[in-house]
Amino acid sequence: MTPEYRTALIELLYQLADDNFILAYRGSEWLGLTPHIEEDVAFSSINQNAMGHAAIYYQMLEDLGEGKSDDLALLRPPAAFRNAVLLELKNGPGNYWDAPDYDWAFAVVRHFFFDVFKSIRLNALKKSSYPPLAAAAGKIVTEQAYHLMHWETWFVQLMMSTDEARRRMEKALSLCWADAGGLLSLGKWGAVMAEHGLTATEAEWRDQWRQAIGQSFARVGYVPIGEPGMAHGDGRNGEHTADLGEALSILSEVYRSDPQATGW
Amino acid sequence: MAAAVPFEQWTAEEKYGHFMRRIENGEKIEADDWMPDDYRKALIRLITMHGISEIMGAFPEKEWVPKAPTLRRKLAIMAKVQDEMGHGQLLLRVAEDLVKPCGKTREDILQDLFAKRLKFHNVFHMPSPTWADAAVIAWLVDGAAILSQTMMLKTSYGPYGRALKRICQEESFHAKHGESLTLSLAEGTPAQRRMLQEAIDRWWEPLLMFFGPKTKEATGHTNVDKNLKYKLRTKTNEELRQEFLSKYVPKIRLLGLAIPDPTLRYDDEKGEWIYREPDWNKFKQIVTGNGPKTDERLRLRRTSYENGRWVREALAQWKAAAV
Ligand SMILES: [Fe+2]
Ligand SMILES: [Fe+2]
Repeated sequence: MTPEYRTALIELLYQLADDNFILAYRGSEWLGLTPHIEEDVAFSSINQNAMGHAAIYYQMLEDLGEGKSDDLALLRPPAAFRNAVLLELKNGPGNYWDAPDYDWAFAVVRHFFFDVFKSIRLNALKKSSYPPLAAAAGKIVTEQAYHLMHWETWFVQLMMSTDEARRRMEKALSLCWADAGGLLSLGKWGAVMAEHGLTATEAEWRDQWRQAIGQSFARVGYVPIGEPGMAHGDGRNGEHTADLGEALSILSEVYRSDPQATGW
Repeated sequence: MAAAVPFEQWTAEEKYGHFMRRIENGEKIEADDWMPDDYRKALIRLITMHGISEIMGAFPEKEWVPKAPTLRRKLAIMAKVQDEMGHGQLLLRVAEDLVKPCGKTREDILQDLFAKRLKFHNVFHMPSPTWADAAVIAWLVDGAAILSQTMMLKTSYGPYGRALKRICQEESFHAKHGESLTLSLAEGTPAQRRMLQEAIDRWWEPLLMFFGPKTKEATGHTNVDKNLKYKLRTKTNEELRQEFLSKYVPKIRLLGLAIPDPTLRYDDEKGEWIYREPDWNKFKQIVTGNGPKTDERLRLRRTSYENGRWVREALAQWKAAAV
């Protein structure tokens, strides 16, 4: 493994781990607060899967000598995180334990955008030049069909029912669209990743994502304005919002609380 | 002779007699079977309380889901709290079938909850200020719940019994999860041990209360007797509490933890545990909706329910259009 290959691989693994970790966290904040009890149960399965995937990627980083996986998830500063900014944004005003005014339309659109992207990325990673990653992607991708169907169903039903739902969904769509570009970015090491066969090129999965999302938009008669943007910066390069810092302090509150502790 | 007459033409007493013979023979009653109003009411009270307790029971632990210390613990507690919501869902479906003939729906059950017309277990009105509370809840509250749920596995109402069967299987995982969390803290640093001991101190009285008062004189109602008569349950509150003490007092002591009751001992002669009675007036206050966290958690539940209204309306319209 050349130093350049190794750097690109580690960057890529952080993107994968952090995306899943942060979105699983945002999803877990919804627990007990979703529109109905059936959704609490289904949504929680999806979040557990994503958290499990994050753990797999952090473990790969641990195996590469990056440090203990719990430390990687919980003790890095926000600027070291490589998740797309779209995934770190708060679910809405308030906290999950106090007066949450969460936006279900935002949750549906964000998860839908992400899971469409996640499927495309996993399919590309099945052919990765790093064998442990290719093997993991092959396993994880089998769970994607269920997640995709879940969010696509929500997306279509909310887009095609009441006027209020349509209005809320369109608002969420324009919010998510403004940062969807950050999902598709591979960051400054992207060219090296593609060159070494670690992933497909950024252009390839951008096209695939646009096409897949375009089909769903056509089904519900929606036309986005402009191209997916990076309104809050490129998380792949360590640019983040204050929402990430806040999330990380909650995620690591107990883990940090006793520096002497060796086990939890 | 009654047998020659079609069932619909039987007198109320004949129907009731037939029903009670079925109960005494250990037959299972199904949702569409004839049942006396009294039995239906007892079932609705029992099962909605159980279902709502599962859902409200997710709240004290849910506070710790995003904060769980490690990746492994985050995954485990997510799965555990999801199970509890699943139990709530399963039981609400059983309850929905029972309230349907009364013209009621899940919406009515939830409105009853928000208006405090519906009770839920005392333990879920209590605060859970530290990670150790999540450990003690999963270990001991779930441990207590397993005892009362296992006792009801043979309940005379078929749909409830089947739901309980699945619930009990999952509960045994929860108690193991809780035991593992507790062990890690017990074997940990002085600060971790202190946090655990404080959680035990907080939860001891609520745990004793969980099983309910010893005698009906203390509560002034006869729900337990009624549930015994209809074979919805097979043990009294006190029998369950004694089982709990026999099972958990040695385990707690083995971890070197103190139980905050200096009078607690096993009386060999009487063959039972002697313990300090919890404050039953406090218990009454709590279960009637005046516990330390009742209002906060109900508010959380109500706000999220109200926030989801536009979604439920959208789904209803989607369904109507699809028909
Ligand atoms: Fe449960
Ligand atoms: Fe449980």
